[in-house]
Amino acid sequence: MNTQVTIAGVTFQNPVMTASGTFGSGMEYSDFVDLNKLGAVVTKGVANVPWEGNPTPRVAEVYGGMLNAIGLQNPGIDVFVKRDIPFLQKYDTKIIVNVCGKTVEDYLEVVERLGDQPVDMLEINVSCPNVKEGAIAFGQKPESLFDITSRIKKKAKQPVIMKLSPNVTDIAEMSRAAEAAGADALSMINTITGMKIDIQKRKFVLANKTGGMSGPAIKPVAVRMVYQAAQVVKIPIIGMGGISNAEDAIEFLLAGASAVAVGAMNFVNPYTTVEVVEGIEDYMRKYGIEKVTDLIGAVE
Amino acid sequence: MAQKKKIKATIVSQKKIAEQIYDLWLETKLAKNAHPGQFVAVYPHHESTLLPRPISICEVSEDKRRLRLVYRVAGKGTAEFASYGAGDTLEILGVLGNGFPLEKAKGKQVFLMGGGIGIPPMLELAKQLGCRKRILLGYRDNDLFLQEDLAQYGDVYVATEDGSVGTKGNVMDIINAHGLTADVIMACGPMPMLRAIKKYAEEKGIEAYISLEERMACGVGACLGCVCKTVKVDSHSHVHNARICTDGPVFEAREVDI
Repeated sequence: MNTQVTIAGVTFQNPVMTASGTFGSGMEYSDFVDLNKLGAVVTKGVANVPWEGNPTPRVAEVYGGMLNAIGLQNPGIDVFVKRDIPFLQKYDTKIIVNVCGKTVEDYLEVVERLGDQPVDMLEINVSCPNVKEGAIAFGQKPESLFDITSRIKKKAKQPVIMKLSPNVTDIAEMSRAAEAAGADALSMINTITGMKIDIQKRKFVLANKTGGMSGPAIKPVAVRMVYQAAQVVKIPIIGMGGISNAEDAIEFLLAGASAVAVGAMNFVNPYTTVEVVEGIEDYMRKYGIEKVTDLIGAVE
Repeated sequence: MAQKKKIKATIVSQKKIAEQIYDLWLETKLAKNAHPGQFVAVYPHHESTLLPRPISICEVSEDKRRLRLVYRVAGKGTAEFASYGAGDTLEILGVLGNGFPLEKAKGKQVFLMGGGIGIPPMLELAKQLGCRKRILLGYRDNDLFLQEDLAQYGDVYVATEDGSVGTKGNVMDIINAHGLTADVIMACGPMPMLRAIKKYAEEKGIEAYISLEERMACGVGACLGCVCKTVKVDSHSHVHNARICTDGPVFEAREVDI
């Protein structure tokens, strides 16, 4: 049985990753999960300088999911390179660094700093809905997505994954724009913009008013978008959105994802990632599937 | 610190002890390493309510096999917890957070101050502190809870907002009414009370350790949901946002900007 997948020349021992922002750099979850068992750790977004993030409350529960408006609080690339990368290097897993910025120059600075680092891939966050500048501003129009992708590709030493937003009219058009600009892979979906109002206080629950929705409730939207993107691009797709078990992960693979990431469910069950890895293996045994890659896009 | 775990705990008993306030004993291995001021995250079973509810540890049994949680029903998740009884199980994650620094109270005169649902963590703290202590409790009205448990470990003073029991007002009014003094304060309660304690401690030049709360998701320091403003740069993001779940929930009052 072979659970390996290869994306842009990088081979992962299995297709299970962590979704950016839900797993830190792995440190906080290493009490629960043997990081050596994961396909990759995708880190929390890192910018060129430290970011404070948004005021609290930053999180709220909604039916079958949650809203977050963290606002990409992060220590900046200097601390990240000194602390987080050496920590992850101790494990036999691939390292994918999520990169965020307010301007294209911010992104390029981080991408250049990571050029000589032992990092396997870069994931470019052009889809965070919770910051006023940058992020999603680059990911909602095909022209701006094309522009930032091609500029990053010129500087990047590692393969580039563009993380796309579901808050767009046509995910196929966005996917094509990223591919045309040279993206090596896509990841989708980031959170869906939402809102919650406290009717007793008549106030917004989140200080930011809006937040990104994640969790099992968004999974059908994510599966649909992965399928639509997979129909129009040749580059691999990392699928995510509400994955809570192996069955969910396999749905994404069948829809056309080459790998999957577990996000909000890490908060609900810190063992989710390894349970998904084991569950995919059980499924392969049960149905006599030799290579996990046979599942990719195999929906009929 | 001991490794954190998510495990199934069995309910030993549960009873309502005041309006919306429930007293729950759980049999769990997590009790072994529980420290006053720490908390556990309790998961509702219903799949529409995904996130765990952070609940402070009220008491640890003598044999260190049971945890007592006293909580207020505040929404769907806690209402579900209140519906369970002996023999039912709950998934809990813990033990979380840093707890109160007991060593800071050694040989000192201490105020333990609890307001409303901030009262429960004062019980295990009172049990474990050997020093001289006065226990100041603030309630809304005469629907008191835990004051008899706490009276075993120190002099209890009560304030009620409606004046029906003890001093009329809040825990700060107790200090004035009785002319009390202390060298150290340890407290948990609503934000206005903690702000008043911070101000009082700074004016008197004494140390105060306050337990904060905030909406949480992961409980383990990964999501950065539950931050509070700090005077110094924090250890995680090197900004001024400490994580209440891991750097706290107990902070020295002068180190936080609340």
